[in-house]
Amino acid sequence: MEDLTSLKQDKENQEPGEAGRPWEEIAAFSQDPESGLSEPLESEQWLETGPQPRSSPPQSPQSRASLPLDDVTGPGAPSPPSPPSPVPEASFIPSTLALAGQQLAASWQSDRTTDVNPKAETPRSHRLEQSSDQGESTAPQTCQSVGDTFQQSQQTERHLYEPEDVSDSNSKQKELRFNIFQEEDSNSNYELDHTESGISEGAPSPLEIAMQNAKAYLLKTSSKSGLNLYDHLSDMLTKVLDERPENAVDIIEGISQDVKMAHFRKKLDTLQNENEMLPIYETAEKQKALFLQGNLEGVDQELEDEIAENSLPNVMESAFYFEQAGVGLGTDETYRIFLALKQLTDTHPIQRCRFWGKILGLEMNYIVAEVEFREGEDEEDVEDEDVTEERDDGDSDAEENDEDELPRTFYKTPQVIPKEENRTGANKYMYFVCNEPGGPWVKLPSVTPAQIVTARKIKKFFTGRLETPIVSYPPFPGNESNYLRAQIARISAGTHVSPLGFYQFGEEEGEEEEEVEGRRDSFEENLDFEGIQVIDLVESLSNWVHHVQHILPQGRCNWFNPMQKSEEEEEEEDEEKEEEKGEEPEFMEQEVGPPLLTPISEDLEIQNIPPWTTRLSSTLIPQYAIAVLRSNLWPGAYAFSNGKKFENFYIGWGHKYSPDNYAPPALPPVYQEYPSGAEITEMDDPSVEEEQAFRATREAAALPVEEMGETEEDEDEDDDSDQE
Amino acid sequence: MDAESLLLSLELASGSGQGLSPDRRASLLTSLTLVKRDYRYDRVLFWGRILGLVADYYIAQGLSEDQLAPRKTLYSLNCMEWSLLPPATEEMVVQTSVVKGRFMGDPSHEYEHTELQKMSEGEKVFEEEVVVQIKEETRLVSVIDQIDKAVAVIPRGALFKTPFGPVHVNRTFEGLSLSEAKKLSSYFHFREPVELKNKTLLEKADLDPSLDFMDSLEHDIPKGSWSIQMERGNALVVLRSLLWPGLTFFHAPRTKNCGYIYVGTGEKNIDLPFML
Repeated sequence: MEDLTSLKQDKENQEPGEAGRPWEEIAAFSQDPESGLSEPLESEQWLETGPQPRSSPPQSPQSRASLPLDDVTGPGAPSPPSPPSPVPEASFIPSTLALAGQQLAASWQSDRTTDVNPKAETPRSHRLEQSSDQGESTAPQTCQSVGDTFQQSQQTERHLYEPEDVSDSNSKQKELRFNIFQEEDSNSNYELDHTESGISEGAPSPLEIAMQNAKAYLLKTSSKSGLNLYDHLSDMLTKVLDERPENAVDIIEGISQDVKMAHFRKKLDTLQNENEMLPIYETAEKQKALFLQGNLEGVDQELEDEIAENSLPNVMESAFYFEQAGVGLGTDETYRIFLALKQLTDTHPIQRCRFWGKILGLEMNYIVAEVEFREGEDEEDVEDEDVTEERDDGDSDAEENDEDELPRTFYKTPQVIPKEENRTGANKYMYFVCNEPGGPWVKLPSVTPAQIVTARKIKKFFTGRLETPIVSYPPFPGNESNYLRAQIARISAGTHVSPLGFYQFGEEEGEEEEEVEGRRDSFEENLDFEGIQVIDLVESLSNWVHHVQHILPQGRCNWFNPMQKSEEEEEEEDEEKEEEKGEEPEFMEQEVGPPLLTPISEDLEIQNIPPWTTRLSSTLIPQYAIAVLRSNLWPGAYAFSNGKKFENFYIGWGHKYSPDNYAPPALPPVYQEYPSGAEITEMDDPSVEEEQAFRATREAAALPVEEMGETEEDEDEDDDSDQE
Repeated sequence: MDAESLLLSLELASGSGQGLSPDRRASLLTSLTLVKRDYRYDRVLFWGRILGLVADYYIAQGLSEDQLAPRKTLYSLNCMEWSLLPPATEEMVVQTSVVKGRFMGDPSHEYEHTELQKMSEGEKVFEEEVVVQIKEETRLVSVIDQIDKAVAVIPRGALFKTPFGPVHVNRTFEGLSLSEAKKLSSYFHFREPVELKNKTLLEKADLDPSLDFMDSLEHDIPKGSWSIQMERGNALVVLRSLLWPGLTFFHAPRTKNCGYIYVGTGEKNIDLPFML
């Protein structure tokens, strides 16, 4: 009771703060064991009440220490003492608080003697621990059922709590408690209620409460970062358990840092993710169309017709063979291209379609499809272009003809060699390109000889955008789409080969179209083709033939005589021009290349390098191997044949191989000046003697009209001299 | 590319059309495991293949624990029997620089090269034509070395420098982020740094010494000697060297999958400035 009275005094001395009140009460409660009311009694009570020993104070004081309680509360708060409000709180206030209260009391005790000394508290709190331990140590005798587990948990709890309570200074503890109070009050009114009711039913053990409190402390969010320690630790442990790094203890600081960083990164990520993922979704959305197109068409009888007149190549089959050869795009991409080709054949009137290959670019690549339209369905737009071009030419000519006074330039642009008609020569096939499967197919324009001729002289990387201008010397007539088309024409002409006998010259058409030069430019599939042994295909290059026409130096496949047309033009035009033409060679030798279906063994060598390399796809199982042909002239061009089937494929940068460096073509010759001749040089001015002599002769000739003529002649002479 | 994840890597690198036939793949998987065991390499890379006229060279490299230590190079013609190549020397590079054209595919093939050498006999000095014979094996060594030094690529962060000096594979490398993957500056030359020493202090200030200890690609000469592309809808970034056409580097952002493979003729593209 000494303590109590002292408490009173203290209390009176202190300012009667609201917050102060509960503490005192706690102090009072917790003081009971401390003041040594009866430890065994206390412990007995614990045993009786089982898991709710400390929550019993409201009951126990009433039985034994009701007076002090009233004493404490009564004078402190004379108006309604309101036992429900402090009591539940007190009961709810877990063991830490009880402990803390204990310490508070201790401090007050010590107040009388000395200053607050945290160290001095330790023994007391230990004593408390001991006392409770003692109480429990007696427990097993009476009720073991509760004892074991409870004891363990309690001890561990204690261990958790001991250091904190002991080491912390009073002031800190106060803060802590306030925080807890605030949190509990604000956060969980429910809990309050719960604990309130728990008093009567089965109130939570102080250990649970301690745990909750500890958790509450850990869950306290930092005002700085908005994080709390509890989540952080659990994140760290999750990370450690997820990743199972070796020697986790060594890198725990790093992990802690990573986890913290991840919090900050997360916010960024959500922002970036949406931006960054977009292209993936876009392409996926585009390619979804490829996979859905089959479903869109109902399964009708039309389908059977379509299958019958199928123009789609079996890309996967050839891809399989090319894979044996170690070339190809990977199964996934090939199939997408396959679907893209299906889309192409479904949307265009295509008779025959083929996967030509892939040309790599700097920014994007080109996937090239070679198609042949059905008869008469492709001509219109192309011809329109031609007409406009011709008109343009005509206009410019007409303008030039108008002026007649001054000599016009003799230089006539070299004969524009017309491009070949569609379905013939280098324009036999149409080419569609797209940057990636699912993207739109773009039709390439037909190729002109000038473009081919120029393309032979330049070497440029493709960028992947068709509109890119080609900046080169000599100037390239067109943009990248034209250059691409020209390279495709060159590569096709050089590297499209088939086993000997697979194609033959058409019996009827071939002869009709046979030109004066004795060349045939059409062929058809040989239905009686028996197949060639794969070994033969590998061992002898003469078993492979070109089935695409050779492109002449002129830039065309079929010879176009520029002289013929020029003669016609000459007749129409002036005589002067005939003289010019006379200087040029009258007759131009026709360029001839190897005819169609020429064996590739006759291809030209590149400086001792054979133009083709043949290989058996597998040396281990030769009986099922296929023949693989690789072009050394166009690196990236491949062909395979299993004897019956064959396919050509190109993948690469679209450039021809040369062992030497690329050298830009030499500048065109500088035009010589007009030779200095009679037309250029002039005589000296007429001298006085000459004029006098001239006059003498005139006078001699015109004696009869001497007098009349003199004046006139003088004037005439003056005029002449002026003119000259 | 790592020999262990060969199949996945091949699939990723297939966009350039450079693949291996199934029997080659299978035999490589088998034989490279054995190579790793027999030569006690820490890591075996399948480097690529050099296309010869008669046969192809398949090249593999063995790495010790220090990733930047000199690598051992092996070649094979049939993917099963591997032979060790001697380390490349400066002399070899100079000697073989006169050889042009394609590889033959026969390591014992000898290129003949005539050059004028000044001979001195007593007081007379005269020039004499000397036929130098260069073995293809020597050329192979020097070409591989040149390619490695010029265009071998590793993403930033895949390797890290330990405090003791050696360079190790970074286990915590999670791949580049998408925005980083589009920049050349996040890729490094897989070799001892050359340019780094010449950098100013100011430039070095931003570098993380444990990660930025190699030269980045962005300062390569000529500018534009790399083509960088996002394929498969940004799920794969592919770098193609234009200086050594045939070298493909691939990396799937946000994953550890990265590597490079060379499939080509083993010739340098000296026309590059004309072609850009």
